[in-house]
Amino acid sequence: MLKIKNLKASVEGKMILNGINLEVKPGEVHAIMGPNGSGKSTLASVLAGREDYQIEGGEVEYIGKDLLDLSPEERAREGVFLAFQYPVEIPGVSTTNFLKAALNQVREHHGKPALDAVSFLKLMKEKMALVEIDQALLSRSLNEGFSGGEKKRNEIFQMAMLEPKLAILDETDSGLDIDALRIVANGVNKLKTRDNATILITHYQRLLDYIVPDFVHVLYKGRIIKSGDKSLALQLEEKGYDWIKEEADTVSA
Amino acid sequence: MTTPNEYINTVGKAFEKFEASLNGSKSTFLHELRKESLAAILKSGLPGPKHEEYRYTNFGKALEKSIAYEGIVAETAAASAPTPLDSFEGYKLYFVNGKLDASRSDLGDLSEKVTVTSLASAVKEQGDLKEYLGSIVKSWPDAFSHLNTAFAKEGVFIRVKKNTILDKPLYIIHSNDTSATEVLAHYRNLAIVEEGSQLKVIEANFSTGANTSYTNTVLEIFCKKNASVEWSKLQLENETALRIDNSLVYQERDSKCTINTITLSGQMVRNNLYIALDDENTEAHMYGLYLIDGKTHVDNHTSVDHRKPNSFSNELYKGIMDDQSHGVFNGKIFVRQDAQKTNAFQQNNNILLSPNAVINTKPQLEIWADDVKCSHGCTTGQLDNEQLFYLRARGISEDKARAMLLHAFAGDVIANISVGPVKEYLEQLITDKIEN
Repeated sequence: MLKIKNLKASVEGKMILNGINLEVKPGEVHAIMGPNGSGKSTLASVLAGREDYQIEGGEVEYIGKDLLDLSPEERAREGVFLAFQYPVEIPGVSTTNFLKAALNQVREHHGKPALDAVSFLKLMKEKMALVEIDQALLSRSLNEGFSGGEKKRNEIFQMAMLEPKLAILDETDSGLDIDALRIVANGVNKLKTRDNATILITHYQRLLDYIVPDFVHVLYKGRIIKSGDKSLALQLEEKGYDWIKEEADTVSA
Repeated sequence: MTTPNEYINTVGKAFEKFEASLNGSKSTFLHELRKESLAAILKSGLPGPKHEEYRYTNFGKALEKSIAYEGIVAETAAASAPTPLDSFEGYKLYFVNGKLDASRSDLGDLSEKVTVTSLASAVKEQGDLKEYLGSIVKSWPDAFSHLNTAFAKEGVFIRVKKNTILDKPLYIIHSNDTSATEVLAHYRNLAIVEEGSQLKVIEANFSTGANTSYTNTVLEIFCKKNASVEWSKLQLENETALRIDNSLVYQERDSKCTINTITLSGQMVRNNLYIALDDENTEAHMYGLYLIDGKTHVDNHTSVDHRKPNSFSNELYKGIMDDQSHGVFNGKIFVRQDAQKTNAFQQNNNILLSPNAVINTKPQLEIWADDVKCSHGCTTGQLDNEQLFYLRARGISEDKARAMLLHAFAGDVIANISVGPVKEYLEQLITDKIEN
């Protein structure tokens, strides 16, 4: 589904990603962990198409297409979903209206007719239950005045509505209390199918107690320096990142 | 082209002609007021670019270049063309090229508790008019108000009697058709909203035609004890329209007033809004939107005068400027020494969509009381890239995302208009404009 080959990217002349290689197949859950500043969020942003980043090399193939050639909206319509680390507040745009516009543009892209108001509402109700989000919240301006947990739940709700092929969750667990974390994780698990894939970007092993990854990768200085299964995450939890950093620094030195 | 002095001389001559046409109504107090006002304007002249209040908006020059005051007597009247507001439920007054079109106006079953009449009849019938007409203008004089007082013959007089709630809004619809000749219109409106009463007015302005349309309008609103007024101005004229609007409000104890000023087009529009909060527990809301393109120039000067303790004012003006359009915002807040516990808020936000668009914005707070809460903020920028990216990352096209954000930005102001059909109509106009 997704093949990242030697991806290099910079921001404002500073190299952040120094050659990422990663392959994600349908049905898989990949966790990308790493210390602060290792390039985790940059990777998520580059995959979603944020224009502040300069691609310096490498390629990204997504369902047979050159992902880096697509605009952010084209990526979204092809099924790439980024759950934002810091969902932006947009006063004056209600979540409901925004999602209706988004969903219908995605449907249009796939040659499907726009959803009428009744079907849209029905779909919304169904997905709302999944992330235990309140209707009142959705008629308010997008994320405006939402608590941290509400913002993150709203991201997963949007994901449920848009049913992406590839979901990238950028530190969706950061700052969540255990109840909110459980709700968010539960939503993600229920949305998992054999045909879609998830990339979890996280700083903490805690999330992986709730969403069990097939692969764990450690990102450091813009490279994946170690990959393993879920036991790698436990190892990191126990020993921290220092041992792995030392290993990597020794190799490169 | 004439020099400013020569132009003012033509105004003097125009007044002589105008006086001659008044035939028989020279003995009224109004005529004395006209003469005083004329004398004031002849003395001061029109404000030039060095005048602090008009430094970004040389309205006098635009006027001079476009229209001769001597043409005043030759007002042209025509049948009013249909407007988008015709089907809205409410009382209607239509004016065409400066004159009332009685045939289309419809005051229906307007109860006798509410008087709506022309300025001319009010002068004859309303014995106490003298106490009101021109009295707020005196506290906040302006050269163009003087011109208006000298020349205005047409206008609407509204008196809502004690404890009366107008069941439907009153629409005052002005259309200027300049296809044959230029149009010069003075309107003098006056609303007295008596104790415990409520009034909602929608004043809409349209123009068509390639010649200059010039409107000079003055509105005075007296909002008595516990009264409530919502007055919305829809300024929707074409690119040859010059408009100067002086709106002045006087509020008594426990009264509430909302003025919405929406400008979507025109050549040059200047709005002077002045609100005097002359007793405790008064509440004033000022909302404005200027969404402009081409070479449209819109200037909103607002002043709120907190004279007594415990009053509240809230102001939100927003602007979106494209092409070579030019916006000006100046917001004055006066808090007098007596006016302790005043709450005054002011906000002006602007989005520039083109490198050639201009905004001049200036908050001006003068506070003499020491126990007050006043805040002001102004921002000028482009659309927020983070917000754009967020919308696009969900599959929404860049154009649509821009439109959504601009619509949301403007919607903040429109949301304060309580008359549903008017709000929807404006939302549609805004959508059409943004998506074009």
